[in-house]
Amino acid sequence: MPLARSQLPCTLVFMVAVEVRGLTKDFGEVKAVRGVDFEVATGETFGFLGPNGAGKTTTIGMLCTLVKPTAGRASVAGYDVTGDRADVRRSIGLVFQDPTLDNYLTAEQNLRFHAELYGVPRAMVRERLGSVLELVGLADKRKTEVRTFSGGMKRRLEIARGLLHAPVVLFLDEPTIGLDPQTRRSIWEYIRTLKDTEGTTIFMTTHYMDEAEYCDRIGIIDKGQIVAMGTPEQLKASVGKDRVQIQTGNSAGAITALKEHFDIDAAVHEDSVTFSVSSGGEFVPKLFARFSELVIPIRSVGVSRPSLDDVFMSYTGTTIRDAEASGPSEWMRRMAGRGFR
Amino acid sequence: MDAADGREGLPVSTDLRSTTDQVAEDAAPMRQASSWAAAYPRSSGPVHEAKAVWVVLRREGIRFTNDPLRVIVGVLQPVLFLFVLGSGLGSLVKFGPDLNLRTFLYPGAAAMSVLFTALFSAGSIVWDREFGFLREMLVAPVSRTSIVVGKCLGGAMVSSVQGILMICISGLAGVPYNPALMFTVLAELLLLALTVTSFGMVVAARIKQFQSFMAVTQMLVMPLFFLSGAMYPLSGLPGWLRALTKIDPLTYAVDPIRKAVFEHLPKVPPVIKHQLVPGITWDGWHVPLGLELGVVAIMAFGFITAAAVQFRRTD
Repeated sequence: MPLARSQLPCTLVFMVAVEVRGLTKDFGEVKAVRGVDFEVATGETFGFLGPNGAGKTTTIGMLCTLVKPTAGRASVAGYDVTGDRADVRRSIGLVFQDPTLDNYLTAEQNLRFHAELYGVPRAMVRERLGSVLELVGLADKRKTEVRTFSGGMKRRLEIARGLLHAPVVLFLDEPTIGLDPQTRRSIWEYIRTLKDTEGTTIFMTTHYMDEAEYCDRIGIIDKGQIVAMGTPEQLKASVGKDRVQIQTGNSAGAITALKEHFDIDAAVHEDSVTFSVSSGGEFVPKLFARFSELVIPIRSVGVSRPSLDDVFMSYTGTTIRDAEASGPSEWMRRMAGRGFR
Repeated sequence: MDAADGREGLPVSTDLRSTTDQVAEDAAPMRQASSWAAAYPRSSGPVHEAKAVWVVLRREGIRFTNDPLRVIVGVLQPVLFLFVLGSGLGSLVKFGPDLNLRTFLYPGAAAMSVLFTALFSAGSIVWDREFGFLREMLVAPVSRTSIVVGKCLGGAMVSSVQGILMICISGLAGVPYNPALMFTVLAELLLLALTVTSFGMVVAARIKQFQSFMAVTQMLVMPLFFLSGAMYPLSGLPGWLRALTKIDPLTYAVDPIRKAVFEHLPKVPPVIKHQLVPGITWDGWHVPLGLELGVVAIMAFGFITAAAVQFRRTD
């Protein structure tokens, strides 16, 4: 007989912050999410990536109880997203792409409103309010009306508000979209600080691949299905090889030597001899040893690991920038094509 | 795309499970940090819902006091109506030495003042939707009924501030400052405000833009106002107009206020009172005051329910 949740020790309940099994959502003919399975551990920063219309927002919507799943199940902080909706909502913080602040209230008034709606005990409110504002560096702005805030400050205030009720999972939908690089970096600093100080599980979507690097684990969704899942390193390794670029006095000789001695096909790109090997770091010393024997001088060498952009490209067949640029129309076209096939 | 199809599901292998467990172990000390959340059971149930109503209501109050212009504009229109129209037309209409047209128009003007403020308050939910704040309320762990009720009560509260201002200037319209009368008028205005706000909420539930909301309400409000008997007595009307006044909900809110005002005008002869405040009749039967107010209250309840149902469906 399964144990009721209240009988389980707390740690067991919170071990897995998000658990998704066969989650499916159809909008009429359109199958937005087609049976996805994954879990996110407590304290983890999980990046959820995918082209536009791949099912990211719908999946988040289902996890936040805003969208009703067609099939499958999901639990957040141990609560079922269809059965215990109020409990799920109490256990999560949400930061949407679009602002949801009241511009005509002060930062503090916005936070207090939130605290009361989420039932934060009155005795805790003052302390929580101070600490979340401190965390996002807005402590000196608490009495200021939000309409005077810059875009970055508003986003930071929303993150602070999302944390106010000490959620188990914080959902961030594109937390840095539309912000300048400097603000993006500072928001990431705040996100990492809060991860360290609050131990909050973070479930986020982003379009910036350099930001996805900060995640502990990444899931890539395409056409409603999870196509890849793992740490950034695992994913990069799964795509395969490192790229090595060398500059020598004799490109043609280098290419022939590579073919003869290492069985590697190289090509010349912009004055450099370029080729792929499974591990660039291990290969380069061997290369140097052999080339000095052959008296082929190497002027410079460069090894690049595959980027997450390469990972995204390889799993979804598109770069994330292209995916962004093509937008929903591309998705509609694909979905329509799918329907007629 | 082909590449993607070929790789589907590939890396979702068992070895990734182990990384999940690892991260979970690493995160163990961090869990302590947010454990207060688990240690303090958060309030829920009816008490929490009542708090939610209160906090939504209070926000309306804060927003209102932050914007004094709204109060002034809300009073200006009825004052114009009352003093310019009332004084101008007053030379045409003579009731006798102890009564002028302004006194007669006063209940209508007070109702008008409340009507506009209440609709504006209800419209703020469209504003909230446009600027995203509605979402913050809708995703909160409270029932949407509480949010709707809070919004309606907030609108009523704000509008009754308007009502108080109208009561303050009632002396200029020849209405006596009698505490009992002032209290009665305020209570009746409050009830009207609640009904109008909830009506506005029903309209606002499906409208995405504030401009459209204003256009729709203008379209609805003007006929409601003109047919309510706010500007003329209900006696001696042509048949079609009499029929329309009886189905106009606003009629049932204006008549009690006018009855209250005229009860406190001892010098006005009963004949004129009877002519100017004949009351509402249903098929010859005089609708008692309590039932008139009951009609307004039932409508308030009906609109709040309808609004709650509408908002439960959105998103």
